[in-house]
Amino acid sequence: MSIYKANLHRSELALGIDVGSTTVKTVILDKNNQVVYSNYQRHFSKVKEAVAAQLEQIAGVYPGETFPVCITGSAGLGLANAAHLPFVQEVHAAFVAVSKRYPDADAVIELGGEDAKIIFLTGGTEQRMNGSCAGGTGAFIDQMATLLNVTADQLDEMALRAEKTYPIASRCGVFAKSDIQPLLNQGARREDVAASIFQAVVDQTVSGLAQGRKIEGKVLFLGGPLSFLKGLRSSFVETLHLDAGHAVFPEDGRTFVAYGCALSAMKQKEAHKIEELIDKISNASADSAVASDPPLFSYPEEYEQFKARHASHDVKREDFHTYSGKAYLGIDAGSTTTKMVVLSENDTLLYEYYTSNKGQPLDCITEALGNFYKEKSPELTIAGSAVTGYGEELLKAGLGIDHGIVETVAHFKAAAFFCPDVDFIMDIGGQDIKCFKIKNGAIDSIMLNEACSSGCGSFIQPFAMALGYDIAEFANAGLFAEHPVDLGSRCTVFMNSSVKQAQKDGATVADISAGLSGSIIKNAVYKVIRANSPDDLGTHIVVQGGTFLNDAVLRCFEREMKRDVIRPAISGLMGAFGAALYAKEKSSGESSIIDLKALKEFSYTSQTAQCKGCTAHCSLNIIRFAGGGKFISGNRCERGAGVNPKSILPNLYDIKYDTILSYSAHQPFSPIATVGLPMSLHYYDQMPLWATFFKELGFEVKLSETSTRETYYKGQSTIPSDTVCYPAKLTHGHIESLLEQNVDFIFYPCMSYTLDEGESDNHFNCPVVAYYPELLMANNEKLSVKNFLYPFLDLNRKKHVVHVLHQYFSAYASKKAIAAALEKGFAALEEYRSKISSKAQDIISKARSEGKPIIVLAGRPYHIDPEINHGIHKLIASLGMAVITEDSVAALAHTPKLKSLNQWVYHSRMYRAAEYVASQPDMQMIQLVSFGCGIDAITTDEIRRILEENGKLYTQLKIDEINNLGAAKIRLRSLLAAMQA
Amino acid sequence: MAYAEFTVPMRKTHTILVPNMLPIHFKLLIKIFGQYGYNMKLLESTSRTVVEEGLKNVHNDTCYPALLVVGQFMEALKSGEYDPDKTALLITQTGGGCRASNYIHILRRCTEQNFPQVPVISLNFAGLEKSKGFKLTIPLMLKLVYGVLYGDMLMLLHNQCRPYEINEGDSKRTVDKWAERISKLFESGSYRNTKHIYREMIEDFASIPKSQKKKIRVGIIGEIYVKYSPLANNQLEEFLLSEGCEPVVPMLLDFILYCAANTDVSGKLYQYRNIKTAAFRIGYKYLHKKQLEMICCIEESGQFIPPHDFDDLRKAADKYISQGVCMGEGWMITAEMAVLAEHGTENIICTQPFGCLPNHIVAKGMSRAIKNAYPNANIVAIDYDPGATRVNQENRIKLMLANAKAAAMK
Repeated sequence: MSIYKANLHRSELALGIDVGSTTVKTVILDKNNQVVYSNYQRHFSKVKEAVAAQLEQIAGVYPGETFPVCITGSAGLGLANAAHLPFVQEVHAAFVAVSKRYPDADAVIELGGEDAKIIFLTGGTEQRMNGSCAGGTGAFIDQMATLLNVTADQLDEMALRAEKTYPIASRCGVFAKSDIQPLLNQGARREDVAASIFQAVVDQTVSGLAQGRKIEGKVLFLGGPLSFLKGLRSSFVETLHLDAGHAVFPEDGRTFVAYGCALSAMKQKEAHKIEELIDKISNASADSAVASDPPLFSYPEEYEQFKARHASHDVKREDFHTYSGKAYLGIDAGSTTTKMVVLSENDTLLYEYYTSNKGQPLDCITEALGNFYKEKSPELTIAGSAVTGYGEELLKAGLGIDHGIVETVAHFKAAAFFCPDVDFIMDIGGQDIKCFKIKNGAIDSIMLNEACSSGCGSFIQPFAMALGYDIAEFANAGLFAEHPVDLGSRCTVFMNSSVKQAQKDGATVADISAGLSGSIIKNAVYKVIRANSPDDLGTHIVVQGGTFLNDAVLRCFEREMKRDVIRPAISGLMGAFGAALYAKEKSSGESSIIDLKALKEFSYTSQTAQCKGCTAHCSLNIIRFAGGGKFISGNRCERGAGVNPKSILPNLYDIKYDTILSYSAHQPFSPIATVGLPMSLHYYDQMPLWATFFKELGFEVKLSETSTRETYYKGQSTIPSDTVCYPAKLTHGHIESLLEQNVDFIFYPCMSYTLDEGESDNHFNCPVVAYYPELLMANNEKLSVKNFLYPFLDLNRKKHVVHVLHQYFSAYASKKAIAAALEKGFAALEEYRSKISSKAQDIISKARSEGKPIIVLAGRPYHIDPEINHGIHKLIASLGMAVITEDSVAALAHTPKLKSLNQWVYHSRMYRAAEYVASQPDMQMIQLVSFGCGIDAITTDEIRRILEENGKLYTQLKIDEINNLGAAKIRLRSLLAAMQA
Repeated sequence: MAYAEFTVPMRKTHTILVPNMLPIHFKLLIKIFGQYGYNMKLLESTSRTVVEEGLKNVHNDTCYPALLVVGQFMEALKSGEYDPDKTALLITQTGGGCRASNYIHILRRCTEQNFPQVPVISLNFAGLEKSKGFKLTIPLMLKLVYGVLYGDMLMLLHNQCRPYEINEGDSKRTVDKWAERISKLFESGSYRNTKHIYREMIEDFASIPKSQKKKIRVGIIGEIYVKYSPLANNQLEEFLLSEGCEPVVPMLLDFILYCAANTDVSGKLYQYRNIKTAAFRIGYKYLHKKQLEMICCIEESGQFIPPHDFDDLRKAADKYISQGVCMGEGWMITAEMAVLAEHGTENIICTQPFGCLPNHIVAKGMSRAIKNAYPNANIVAIDYDPGATRVNQENRIKLMLANAKAAAMK
């Protein structure tokens, strides 16, 4: 809290109240527009009380004073309406303030608790706010600080000591988490991670908000985070290339909007006595339109029965201080927590350990292991050990653990211990939801949450903290809530505003807590499992994972499922427990695990490097253990790990990509002009056609660069829609790349239709692929009708295509020559297609001769782009499977009966490929889905059905700009385990 | 796939449920269907169960309109209010390259599981799906066109009167009165005398006592369902009225003209001609003539602001985007932004379902070009989906309105 009051007292004062998502700010101006009083406090979501409290303070200083007043801020809207006081929109208030105080400013960037805003003042005034799906705000920074277990201030200090930054997605907190967690687990420097978080916020602001407008000139920075986070400030200044004279941080940045609000209040005719204002605010009652559910428990006895029922699922315990005999150790190095258990020969629990790993699983386990060794009975010998979870490989390498086991399998083992005929397991951990069905004693299908809704367990924590509670207290409050609010089932960013709305409407903390528990369950059931009825799941359901330790969550689940489920008392330790059971199963009688002596001397260093194995240039993290040995992570294939594998099967993704690139070879000797073709969207399907066409006519063909993260940054400032898919976003960078190469023109046709393959109801491209050139033209100033040609073509109508192309290129060639070149182009396309199909056959027969399973990695043509697929095909290959593409086998089957309109060609190939896979015993399909692809909301359901009806497994990998192979790996390894079962 | 089909005898026995997209229009249209022996019922539930049923039954990444429509149907079927053995569902199918063409299949997947006996009827003009018992005859289609015309006229007059009415409820009452009257006209057959009826309508609405206070006109454009349906856009029109604005909502006829024009445009663009292009050209000419007639009647009255001429919309589109961009609402959204800005309605809300694919191109993708051409254009894009809260949306609209008010002061 900070109060500033000047020794002035005049009768004509104006009061501005800014109620943000986390704080309340008040400012009083005198008649010369000078600030005479200002105050700033967090409101912990008790908005009304906090505002009233601040007004009380003002009443203390200015008793009986009369003010014209205005309210602003995201949480101020409801309050103003309820109290019948004037409201001014906060961006507008900021605009008023800036025009008064800094009339020469060119742009304003304001970051608030949950909003980010930009105001452009010169060259066409424009005010922008983040869309409803956008992180990169104060709440985002708080969330990330919590993840690193530091305060925002400490995060700031750390950032100042950074040496490098990693790419982190900041579009939403959940994405960023899935970027950061693997970095931490792999031992990246926390200082670097801190700086990367700030850089992500800057990138988000520059690309998400500015959307194609350059931020330049004199820039004003406002809002809480920008006024106290130095690291964030410097990231902004550096990224925008501002010098000291052009980056302005007003001293009262935090209360600046309240100042603008007070300026607006000046213009109000009506004035209120301060005491009257306090009354109005305190008695403001919003009409309660909040939807609520019945209470979780109607009376305490009901809760007692519920507890007793669940307490019955427990394990026997023995004391490890006195136990003698063989014991088995299991570790679950999860994303946010680390768990360790030791079991006896009779499966009794000797030792358990559960901690939040603070991003350092290695340290946690060495400490826990040390304590265990010191205290255990001397007759206890570890006869086997196993580890599962994100940190599996690191711990195996560092501590000599005997076995690694896929998370899903570990959980199944543990669940079967409590319920031998279990047929459905649901695990909600810190940031993953994992569900799997069990059929015939093996894992049948796995459902993991997509990047979008992950973080569902751990998201309660920030809410609890924001409301000023600790997590256990907060969870318990929900048990007896009278009116649990219905908060819907969406990601955290949306949830924030739902909570805000509920509070505005008068929901209590208890109601919100219960509501959040309900949301977790709804997310899991409707987003992840997509169940229509409880019977879809199974009859013997075991739930586990730390989140289910929360009784409110468990109760919500049973209620949603309309049946009782089993929650083992060690629900939070199930992964480790399963690992220990596995260790016992596989035990050879002794374990190679590090002993006490070695543990005392154990230490490690971590360092980063770039892999030079191939063009992917994976960013490697190398941990060297003092006792010798190292662990490398971040690599996508075996090469980075320093292994030179003898026989990796050729990978059709690489072959396709290289073949597409090869079309820029053999250029004409003396070209008539240069044409640029972007390596993006439909060009990944039609490159042979167009490259051949232009070379035939005597043009030199230049392709844009190989996609990297840099390519994305290059075009970032011209992207108008922040929710379009990543493949489309990358296109902007490819256009820049071609412009850099000084091509005479870029050729990028719009195509509603693609070539009809005769197997679908219609032959559309998706709207984004079809019309993206229109969007590029409208948003990149460097493009003109001279250097950017984007005719509308329907390739199925050759006569028309020739006609249109002749209109464009009559200066270079005759109509006849154009028609001939086009024919050559079509022939080249044909040849390319058959080459890919025959390569696929080669790979299939080679894999079959070596007994390797074959994966059809099904996506769109552009998924062969290394920046789009993030090397997932290599990851699959490294697990010992052969990879082919959907288009290479689509022609081998006919379209099966579908329950939807089959009208997009790229997608129709996947249906046929799925049908083909269904007929091949040694094949499985994995579907790649780009985040934001609306059409895949339809295809995924269809493909799942085609595969599952034929006894195949359905696996989906959702990909985006983030490069999180950790989750993909778990899914792939689970798939492999399921295939082998 | 063997799904329940709507058969001829079902016309007598079944109630056909229809989602309510446009309150004024759809009431007129189902009355017309009624005259042809179809017993239709508009679904007007806006309860929370609608969204919940939607979330349960539809892939959550599917667009919001599908989720709401399916949710509304499922809620109705489960409510017990309708006998599933005597109920059918009607849904439109456009057949373009956007996801909307798949709504019917999404719906059918849900009914198949829960109510396999309930037939789902496709309402389309593209010759996609046919049901034996449901036929769009030429006289019926013609009447529907008139229904749309009168609906558009009533909507326009209502929107231009309601913000200014001195006696609360006058405009609404006048709409109801006319809706009743037009239904009768459809029965008697004298509905074709459009000019005469328009003039009477205009006169009637003009006689509503109104204040002279100037209000900010705010254009509502975007994806068709979200743009019109109060359920989808959180009562956007009501919100704008409460903020002291006049909502400007484009005609439903525009969308029909857009669909008709596209076939013709495709023919020109890709150089082909067939019966379809010819038929659509004739249809387009006819409909456009009817639109001009309406505009003419409004202009001659001098009391109200006429809607834009569809040909102007096409000309405006040509400046920014090709008419070949025809998936979803396609080029029409860009053109509407331009025409609104051109004619002084510079404040525009572009409504869209979260993640709507065509809107990446035609709305967000083109707003920069529009801003360049009309520096005063004040456009805000609002995403709608089950998780987006009203507070969040209204705050953004308020920002747009604050800009609008500041501009009006100048």
